[in-house]
Amino acid sequence: MTPLLPGSAQGRVLKLPSLSLWGGVDPFSGKLTDPALPHCGESVKDRVLMIGEPVGSSSSSAVLLELLHAGNAPAAIVLGRADAIVALGVLVAREMGWATIPLLVMAPSEQEGSADGETMKIE
Amino acid sequence: MVQLTSAERETVDGRDGPARAMALRIVADTARLLGAAKLVPIASAHIDGCLYHGDSGTLFAERLVADGGAVAVPTTLNVGALDLLHAGRVRLAPERAAMARRMMDAYLRLGCRPTWTCAPYQAGHRPALGQHVAWGESNAVAFCNTVLGARSERYGDFLDICAALSGRAPEFGLHLDDNRRATLEVDATALDPRLVAEDAFWPVLGAWLGETEGGRIVAFTGLPRRIDEDRLKAMGAAAASTGSVGLFHIVGVTPEDPKLAPGHESIRLTGAMLHAARDRLSTARAHAGDAVDAVAVGSPHFSYDEFRRLFAHLKGRKLAIPFYVCTGRHTLAALAEAGLSETLKTSGLTVVADTCIVVTPILPASDGLLLTNSGKFAHYTRPNTGYDVLYGSLADCAETAIAGRLVRDEMIWR
Repeated sequence: MTPLLPGSAQGRVLKLPSLSLWGGVDPFSGKLTDPALPHCGESVKDRVLMIGEPVGSSSSSAVLLELLHAGNAPAAIVLGRADAIVALGVLVAREMGWATIPLLVMAPSEQEGSADGETMKIE
Repeated sequence: MVQLTSAERETVDGRDGPARAMALRIVADTARLLGAAKLVPIASAHIDGCLYHGDSGTLFAERLVADGGAVAVPTTLNVGALDLLHAGRVRLAPERAAMARRMMDAYLRLGCRPTWTCAPYQAGHRPALGQHVAWGESNAVAFCNTVLGARSERYGDFLDICAALSGRAPEFGLHLDDNRRATLEVDATALDPRLVAEDAFWPVLGAWLGETEGGRIVAFTGLPRRIDEDRLKAMGAAAASTGSVGLFHIVGVTPEDPKLAPGHESIRLTGAMLHAARDRLSTARAHAGDAVDAVAVGSPHFSYDEFRRLFAHLKGRKLAIPFYVCTGRHTLAALAEAGLSETLKTSGLTVVADTCIVVTPILPASDGLLLTNSGKFAHYTRPNTGYDVLYGSLADCAETAIAGRLVRDEMIWR
């Protein structure tokens, strides 16, 4: 596991094979909105959001910034590969002086070692 | 570790004011965590960050304005959350509409051009082959890299404006030769030429690419030597919304040499692979004659040529259900110049300008069934609007809107 943006966090793992934050998460509530997702309707707030393959829209950074600003953000995000779009949301929050979260990279094969719902601690 | 030039270090230290310092800091931080060795000067930018997703984005843009920010390179704007040309088209709550407007205004005050389109490449913004740029909006990035051969990584909201303000982007990803080289040949020669000749084929090919090979740079072979630009635009948009596709090559068509290595991996496309991809673009099963609530086209924004094609399909006939056409003001201006404003007005089409139906509330707030010819709308309609979606050709869209019931030519997929 490689930290992209360091920090400490703890939360229950919310595991998704792939996700675009834009189109997949409601920026105002933090709830997963895509009916095709196994966890549709659940909130990402305070979870360790583990995404195998980050996909899709360039607006995902805006969704993450809004979640951070409104206090609906995950406790941490773990990505299957480095993704600048997701990282931007955290970087801008830091520049604006708002709360931030750790961002980590963990290969999809490595993610198999973490079960959905289990508590994960990041230091 | 990213190396900044002495001039870049001076900018970060505040020589050019606090907005440019913050912008370059964000660009440099992004470069650092991507492992980029240095920054690359850019020739232009396209900003996706002007779409309202909550107050945070407005506050960020206004901070850049308050700190004296101004773009350093020619910069166009993607869609906002409002249709500034058609009052009442967008049903955003008043306080959100006000914040969305403030955000759009802030980007204009930073010196961006009020293009408000996801097809900037059809609004006069066309960087040259090999030029480095920083573009946001996934379809625009795909077009920029693929069709124009300019070089942009897929930038997220906020990095786009930071690059525009600082004139720099991380030298990473698709800015570098090695990452633009195709590693997989997709041979399309076995496909039925009658299918390839259809408009509806191209978004499906894009969706297949995004879903199955989204992480690789692909070179297509065996496709026609001349492919209409609107088809390439539709293909790229579908690929970029279903997968992280920022570039693909079509041998004989796109301007860059894909540089396939000898002994490269190759796969052969079959009709069955595409039929499956087409089926995944619909979220509901429907049959000819079933009720359809609305039709929507224009993702990416409808071009002048696409309007001409749609008018030809409609032949002045009356529409039975709402037919939304999302487009840019550059296209409306071109239609006016060509004397087609009256044709548009009497067509019964619902024009959405400066924005589109999946990024802001426009469709009546009820569940329903929507038909589209856009792979990108097909991908985002269900999660973003609650409507179920069906995929069809532009002709299907026209005939369905006139009948008020599903009319779909299945023969092209046989």
